[in-house]
Amino acid sequence: MNFSVVVSQFWPLLINGLALGFIYVLISLGYTMVYGVLRLINFANSEIFMVGTFATVIVSRNFFGFNQNTDPLHGFRLFYTMGLCLLASMLVSGVTAVLVEIVAYRRLRAKGTNRLASLISAIGVSIILQEGVRILTHSVPMSNPRLLRKFSVVTIGDVGLRVDTLIVIVFAAVLFFAVDRFVTKTLLGKAIRAVSMSEETSKLMGINLNRVISATFLIGGSMTGAAAFLYEMVYENTKYNVGFSIGLAAFTAAVLGGIGNLRGAFYGGLALGLTEQFAAAILGTQWKSVTVFLVLVLVLLFKPNGLFGEAVQQTRV
Amino acid sequence: MINIRDKGAEVWENWNRPKRSTFVVLLIAAVVLLPFGGNFSFTSFLNTPISSYQAVLVYPVGMFVLMALGLNIVVGKSGLLDLGYVAFFAIGAYTAAILGTKTHLNIWEILPIGMGLAMLSGVILGLPTLRLRGDYLAIVTLGFGEIVRIVAVNNRATGGPNGIANVPNPPSVLGIQFDLLHMQGFFWIILVMILLVIWMVRRLSVRRPGRAWEAIRQDEDVAMLMGVPTLRYKIWSFSIGAAIGGAAGVIFAAKSMYVAPEMFTFNVSVLILSCVVFGGMGNIWGVVLGATILAYLPERIRFISNARQLVFGLALVIIMNVRPDGLLPRKKREKIQKKSVDPIAGEESNV
Repeated sequence: MNFSVVVSQFWPLLINGLALGFIYVLISLGYTMVYGVLRLINFANSEIFMVGTFATVIVSRNFFGFNQNTDPLHGFRLFYTMGLCLLASMLVSGVTAVLVEIVAYRRLRAKGTNRLASLISAIGVSIILQEGVRILTHSVPMSNPRLLRKFSVVTIGDVGLRVDTLIVIVFAAVLFFAVDRFVTKTLLGKAIRAVSMSEETSKLMGINLNRVISATFLIGGSMTGAAAFLYEMVYENTKYNVGFSIGLAAFTAAVLGGIGNLRGAFYGGLALGLTEQFAAAILGTQWKSVTVFLVLVLVLLFKPNGLFGEAVQQTRV
Repeated sequence: MINIRDKGAEVWENWNRPKRSTFVVLLIAAVVLLPFGGNFSFTSFLNTPISSYQAVLVYPVGMFVLMALGLNIVVGKSGLLDLGYVAFFAIGAYTAAILGTKTHLNIWEILPIGMGLAMLSGVILGLPTLRLRGDYLAIVTLGFGEIVRIVAVNNRATGGPNGIANVPNPPSVLGIQFDLLHMQGFFWIILVMILLVIWMVRRLSVRRPGRAWEAIRQDEDVAMLMGVPTLRYKIWSFSIGAAIGGAAGVIFAAKSMYVAPEMFTFNVSVLILSCVVFGGMGNIWGVVLGATILAYLPERIRFISNARQLVFGLALVIIMNVRPDGLLPRKKREKIQKKSVDPIAGEESNV
């Protein structure tokens, strides 16, 4: 127990917690959107994240030929290299998510079976992805070359806000806002909301169910891919099992905010990121996930539908 | 696709009592003799290439069957998705390890203590969380499994990440020895437990708790409206499942003589759940078959060691897509209704 650290380290903890929280927000979109539409825990989402981190690393290493000794980039080249990494990561993750839906869920959905069958099928796909990558990479961790010089932009309190942290926070917030707009304002977004309210009725209204579900997986997957890119920018390392703990945390975040609810995922992700950082500082790193789960149990005891549950009905996916 | 489960049930129902008893006795005898299965040339295909065949029969096969039967009560019978079943296994194993090394109690005396502690933790976890529904329960149980593992890693009493070594073997009973060279002893004791659990589940299923679980699984609100004390029966189901997990843990610790936190990861929970769903939720024989296949298969195909887990994942996806209700699904409800109501007598016959 070390409470003095909260006072002395308040700003760095807050900033790191927010950055981590925003990464969780994007990943938990992958869980919460799928849950909203299919009422199904998308177990493979952590592997979709893992695939995204590898896409980022492979593009910058093999496509552009960067390695650990390359100097950081500047100006337009930096912009376009990182943009390409981001695009690759989002594309690979999004396409993987769509494929996972087709392989693991579609047939089972057509048969209308119990949800546990889909869960086991998703676990199977998850094992396939993880083991496939493990065999391809020979279980060796891969590090991401540093493209961006990590200088501090502004000083808050007496701590510098590093540029990568700033990018994570701003970019993730923009992406979340875009998805939220998309779901509330566009026609496809409306279709997604309709399917989440009632599959049967939306079918009668002429909505192409498979197309809407694929779109949901594509959006959720590419958000997870964007999170993978941001994660690589900050932590610069990946391994075949990188998805497990992060996926678990993001899923917890989705439940914390009220699963199936977009804005719930937002607040849940931030709350989880901050809780993890502060708990790690106060109680020690090893107890952070215990604290997270205890917080989750307490929240669920008093608000069984999560913090925002069904309250934000109109933004529910 | 032919329904093997219903065919089997039909044959069974047409048999008379002596025929049934003979079949059961023969089946049990065959299973009892399994540890010697690798000795003869015509059964040598059973042998596992790398690990010892008798050891594989104990862990993972026997252990997985036992735990899958325990989890089946929770997931299959009462429809509560538990993703942290490994926690009870870990509690049993650590109880055996700590009491076995620090006190003079032997494993047989520790067994009821381990089961009791696992059961107690099931009640403590269940009381607040069983009010939650479906997927929320899943994440809370998952969290509980992780908490138990993390506490084991970060605690001096549990030996931290190194775990506890030198857990004593159980003393011999009726001349049957239990140690590394006599793995069949462990297999037989697990077999006895499996038979006891099967017997218990079969008896419970046709009595009040079984009916209450069935009602809760099908529709909890309706069950509550019909006056079923749902929370009480959910806690019963949870704690019985936990006790079985605890028993498996005690035997596991005594068999491997060593426990460490990395034995109790989330993957074990997932694997046990896969056994239940893969074999056919709610149906004892399906669960036994599923657990046997999923435990034995990875050991048998160790020659493709690197791609072993990959093949396992593929098998899960393919089987779930071909047979979504598992290999041997439970009887469908409509069939029970058709069979149980005799059109002439108009009263329920034996289900």
